[in-house]
Amino acid sequence: MDYTISLIFTMPEIILTVSSLLLLLVAAYGGVKSANIVTLLSILALAGSSLMALVFLTNPSYEFGGDAFGGLYRMDAFGSFAKLLIYFAAIVSLMVAPRFFNAGGEYRPEYPVLIIFAAIGMGMMVSAADMLTLYVGLELNSLSAYVLASFIRNDERSAEAGLKYFVLGALASGMLLFGISLVYGFAGSTSFSVIGDTLTGDLSTGPLIGVVLVLAGLAFKISAVPFHMWTPDVYEGAPTPVTAFFASAPKVAAIALTVRVIIDAFGGQTSTWQQIIVFVALASIVLGAVAAIGQQNIKRLLAYSSINNVGFLLIGLAAGTAQGVSAMLFYLVIYVLMTLGSFICVMEMRDKDGKPLESLSSLAGLSQTRPGLAAAFAVFMFSLAGIPPLFGFWGKFLVFDAAVAAGMLPLAVIGIAASVIGAFYYIKVVKIIYFDEPANEIVATGNKTENGLIALMAVAVSPLGYLAIPALAPVTSAAARVLF
Amino acid sequence: MNQLDFPILSLMMGLPMLAAIICLFLNAQAARLLALATTLALFVLGVVLWINYDIGGPQWQYVERAELFGNFAWALGIDGISMMLIMLTVFLMPICIGASWEAIQERVGEYMSAFLFMEVLMIGVFAAQDLFLFYILFEAGLIPMYLIIGIWGGANRIYASYKFFLYTLLGSVVMLIAMLWMVQEAGTSDIPTLLNYDFDPAAQTWLWLAFFASFAVKMPMWPVHTWLPDAHVQAPTAGSVILAGVLLKMGGYGFLRFSIPMFPEASEQFIWLIFVLSMVAVVYTSLVALVQQDMKKLIAYSSVAHMAIVTLGLFAFNRQGIEGAIIVMLSHGLVSGALFLCVGVIYDRLHTREISRYGGLSINMPKYALLFMLFTMASVGLPGTSGFVGEFLSLVGLYKVNSWVTLVATTGIILGAGYMLYLYRRVAFGELVHEDVKAMPDLSKREMALLAPIAAAVMWMGVYPESFLAPIRGDVGTLVARIDRAAPEGDAHLKMGSAEAVTEQKLSSADGESH
Repeated sequence: MDYTISLIFTMPEIILTVSSLLLLLVAAYGGVKSANIVTLLSILALAGSSLMALVFLTNPSYEFGGDAFGGLYRMDAFGSFAKLLIYFAAIVSLMVAPRFFNAGGEYRPEYPVLIIFAAIGMGMMVSAADMLTLYVGLELNSLSAYVLASFIRNDERSAEAGLKYFVLGALASGMLLFGISLVYGFAGSTSFSVIGDTLTGDLSTGPLIGVVLVLAGLAFKISAVPFHMWTPDVYEGAPTPVTAFFASAPKVAAIALTVRVIIDAFGGQTSTWQQIIVFVALASIVLGAVAAIGQQNIKRLLAYSSINNVGFLLIGLAAGTAQGVSAMLFYLVIYVLMTLGSFICVMEMRDKDGKPLESLSSLAGLSQTRPGLAAAFAVFMFSLAGIPPLFGFWGKFLVFDAAVAAGMLPLAVIGIAASVIGAFYYIKVVKIIYFDEPANEIVATGNKTENGLIALMAVAVSPLGYLAIPALAPVTSAAARVLF
Repeated sequence: MNQLDFPILSLMMGLPMLAAIICLFLNAQAARLLALATTLALFVLGVVLWINYDIGGPQWQYVERAELFGNFAWALGIDGISMMLIMLTVFLMPICIGASWEAIQERVGEYMSAFLFMEVLMIGVFAAQDLFLFYILFEAGLIPMYLIIGIWGGANRIYASYKFFLYTLLGSVVMLIAMLWMVQEAGTSDIPTLLNYDFDPAAQTWLWLAFFASFAVKMPMWPVHTWLPDAHVQAPTAGSVILAGVLLKMGGYGFLRFSIPMFPEASEQFIWLIFVLSMVAVVYTSLVALVQQDMKKLIAYSSVAHMAIVTLGLFAFNRQGIEGAIIVMLSHGLVSGALFLCVGVIYDRLHTREISRYGGLSINMPKYALLFMLFTMASVGLPGTSGFVGEFLSLVGLYKVNSWVTLVATTGIILGAGYMLYLYRRVAFGELVHEDVKAMPDLSKREMALLAPIAAAVMWMGVYPESFLAPIRGDVGTLVARIDRAAPEGDAHLKMGSAEAVTEQKLSSADGESH
């Protein structure tokens, strides 16, 4: 068996694995002092992997991808595209971390190492071609995530978030595994392609339950209703850079994974999964919108916003076409930019001692004290609400276009009408920032990294973002086509 | 490219966009001056547009097209109807900036920036030739208007800004789904092509309803008009002017550009709906206006009534009705804008809009009383003013279709005279009883400079409407020809005599012509 080709295909993961193990050693010997250098090296490692993924994505000789390790792992444009996004989000959450953790105690070098472990897991998830690779990748990511959520050891909320995430995550993994075992029992294989070839026609109860359980486990990971309950608590309790990471990278990975499982493994069962996805999508949109209205904590609000956005993303999947998947990928790009941008804005909410503030009321009148930050925050909010001409509109436009093209008009109409409910709380944030009298609670200013990143993301989701469409659209549609 | 060999429409959108960005970084006075200079420059460009417009030439002029991505294009171009609405926009904008000169003292740079951004969007909406470009520009107006009402508005501004935002958004999102479907069905997002595409009548029904949801809110039609009085009352004066003057016209423009020509069968099918809603609007909102204590609210309700005349005229499906509706739109843009300015003038002095706090203004503010009277008369529709031309034509067109609806709609004119004259009497006539009102100075030079051009335009449109009708005549003709197959049977034709008599009549008339 030729391992060379397998090793080349898994190069992004290999780079990360080797560097994370080395960095773990550095961290162990260097102690707390080494935190900054470990962070820097981690960013370099992630950049190296991104470069590798970029090569796979753009080099024509890798256009059709290929299997590695006997069909356990698949390198293709879809996976590489998702990996680029994941690594980007991981790099951003590394860049903003030191300042945040230093304010509340000390920044320890385990943080970057854990992020890299999670990134390896996510890379495996999006490239999985087999249920077992999927599971191993998912668990690697989840275990790192549990630790990350409780990274501030002395903070009760952080510890609670980690524990909650762990218990509910274990439950979801259990469901997923049970589903996988049922599917394996009836299909005789754990390989996506074999499952896809075997599970055709009307399903008997056994494999049907298997499919449903697998979808339930995945829905937990993407925090789609009705498996969303952990999201607000974990997002609120986890340190903000970790929340930014949770809301971006693992979400991309889990959604890409869901797409791959559904299209590759359950592609012959469209009618089975489609109704589930349609329900989950609409429920997420509506619940994400309605439940956010009463929130007073900005991180909880953004948690519901991410549930809401997952609903819109799933509309693209419900369409079940290459156009829909391409729309999802594009939406994911915009979603990652908007989410990271708004969480970095949240990170800039500090009182005079540098302690983080999280209540919505502390944002009051921000436009008069910090006009730049306020404008960026407003841009992210309007963009998340999908109001044109901001770039967030384009993501929604694409998924609804795909849904209409697939003939799912009722889904599109209900989904878009529910988006108006969501618009209410986004404009409520803008109202607090712009219309209310200044609360003058936010006094500490951001550093260059934070301000630079916020500016970058705000420009990217501003109408200038449309300039990227001609470059990005062919890539997303090529990435989506490899699944079909 | 076009008759000027120059992308003038893109310039008209790019210039204010650039100025809007610069304004954010300027101090108050510099921002005011830049905004005024930009809007005046745009007015000049608008005049250039009108002068060079080739009446009787091709339907779409000043066409620009740059393919962007997918089936999405930066496509601009105007016909006569769009041009008149763009003229209205660029005419009102410098006046809005002037009206905010002293009234707005806080965050002036952001304020001017929001207005200039609005101007970009308004010109864009009327000039867009790509369906999605239209949608983006149409929706984008929510953001600056939300901020204008919310930041610089009155006491209850937050409620009003929410209501404005959510109402309008809910109306238009469904339209987006309809647009996506249309583009997939027709294979293009090019508006001129879609205008001649015949959708399946069964599908038209749904598409029409989706578009109706958006335009009826924007228009606004009864019963979804309730956002308007709130938004108007709370918005700063210039915000009300732009809202009543131009934003409401987007609803009428939408019916004219999309609903009627693209879905003629469905439009015919829903005439009853439009007629019923408009009749209720004319009578009900006029009666509501009659009992208002707040001047801005009164004018806001009168806007709903006038817009109902527009919808009635548009759905008369004939030349008089549609031309009249367009003239009502233009006239209402000028007149209601001027009335809001008149309210703004005395609001700036006394800081109340309560009618009963005023009285006897004709004694100490004669210039103001004169101009206010002119605009009151124009709103009532007195011959010689723009209001008369539009309302008369609309009602004539409507009469050809349904005389009962016309009867009800005409009561709107009487009621309109009622509430406007009642308002004028309470504000301008009577004794000067309040000491503070007695101390109010007459119009300043700046205020004169704002109101006089509108007064001139109102009388021009009233005395010689041909200047405004000529550019739209060809386009209305095209529209009427397009929808002719669906035009409803009128009920108001005179009863024909017997066949014999008709022949005789024809012969005699033929004789008459040969002489």
